[in-house]
Amino acid sequence: MNLTLRVWRQKNRNDAGRFVTYEAPGISPDMSFLEMLDIVNERLIEKGEEPIAFDHDCREGICGMCGLVINGVAHGQRRATTTCQLHMRSFSDGNTIVIEPWRATAFPIIKDLVVDRSAFDRIVSAGGFISAPTGSAVDGNAILVPKDDAEMAMDAAACIGCAACVAACPNASAMLFVSAKVSHLGHLPQGQPERYDRVQKMIAQMDAEGFGACTNIGECEAACPKEIKLLNIGRMNRDFIRASTAAKG
Amino acid sequence: MSAVATVSPLSSSVAKKVVVALTGLVLYGFVFVHMMGNLQLYAGPEKINAYAKLLKANPPILWGARLFLLAAASIHIILTIQLALKNRAARPVGYAGQAFQAASFASRTMIWSGPIIGFFILFHLLHLTVGSVHPDFSHTDVYANVVRGFQSAPVAGFYILAMVLLGFHLQHGAFSLLQTLGLRFPKYEKQAKLLLGAITFVIVAMNISFPVAVLAGIVK
Ligand code: FES
Repeated sequence: MNLTLRVWRQKNRNDAGRFVTYEAPGISPDMSFLEMLDIVNERLIEKGEEPIAFDHDCREGICGMCGLVINGVAHGQRRATTTCQLHMRSFSDGNTIVIEPWRATAFPIIKDLVVDRSAFDRIVSAGGFISAPTGSAVDGNAILVPKDDAEMAMDAAACIGCAACVAACPNASAMLFVSAKVSHLGHLPQGQPERYDRVQKMIAQMDAEGFGACTNIGECEAACPKEIKLLNIGRMNRDFIRASTAAKG
Repeated sequence: MSAVATVSPLSSSVAKKVVVALTGLVLYGFVFVHMMGNLQLYAGPEKINAYAKLLKANPPILWGARLFLLAAASIHIILTIQLALKNRAARPVGYAGQAFQAASFASRTMIWSGPIIGFFILFHLLHLTVGSVHPDFSHTDVYANVVRGFQSAPVAGFYILAMVLLGFHLQHGAFSLLQTLGLRFPKYEKQAKLLLGAITFVIVAMNISFPVAVLAGIVK
């Protein structure tokens, strides 16, 4: 396949950045999107030019490191697929592909297509955990979890923190991510002691990081490679209301 | 539960959204009741004029209700503006061209349908409550005001347009309300959506029927 790429290039945080057009001839349809970028980069290095910086790690769709806005869609058109699992057979010979980084105030661009997503880490540090005493591990079956709760918790736990939800949201809201973490822990017995503290602290941190507010548009759900449901946001809102209206003390 | 010292949940974006949802619910209820009352237009002048007189019979209640609605609308608007500004600041640099995958027309136009409806409400109050923009206003004959008012095609057209936008606004608003107030239950999701959709449809269809009936000469 012969492709034309329009790639966002930005030297560093303070650079204004711009689109640069590259020709990418001889691309195999069996390559993944990132392998295609690897080839383009090798050619750039041979020519003595700066390669395109992009994030990736596992390339198996499980770590959440990769993430590009491809033709205006976070992780590209293909549903339930991370950028690393997207293959070039999803495109046609002669296509022009526009490649951009996640865009949000809370995710400053470090270089080219790489953004700083540590805002997510800080949200998790604020409450996305359970406090468990250390020591010898308890028996796995000592705490029973109802099947429905386990299912809901596992569905939410599928979130890999790639932040496609923020990238896709017209408001750059992180509600789907935060609600996945809140739902994940809030549905399990181990998550109960801190359930209401957690939701308040994580939402406060989310606001402080400069993410937008959800307007229930649903772009996040459509972009999520792990198909996290919008319903989680409703559940988080319910927990937040309960937490805020309950008597303190 | 232990106290959360470092966070003030009431200033959070989610708390603001809850208040927007609650005030929206008040306004949603009002437009429904307003539409129901207006249906008496079809029962003739005596009926609807008597109804109007009844509403104005007790000034403290009347003004109490008016102030309550004014407060709900003001809070709804102020908080939405605050949230919209926050959202704009959350993405100062947009994409070369975002290809929407799921967003409905209604959901993406809330920020436009809202202000246009707000402007419509002001016009509507001046037109059929205060009467200052009405060609031939009477403080007692509501029926005649409506008929005379809607005989102007541009005015009737603006009412119809505003009601279509109101329909979109209520449709997305009703779903958002369930989501924001944490009232989404997968078991009853279908029924809830159907019910809210039906109420919204009835509000819009009936409200549009009034100017249409006047223009068509059915109500005269
Ligand atoms: S690189 Fe790990 S999910 Fe794509």
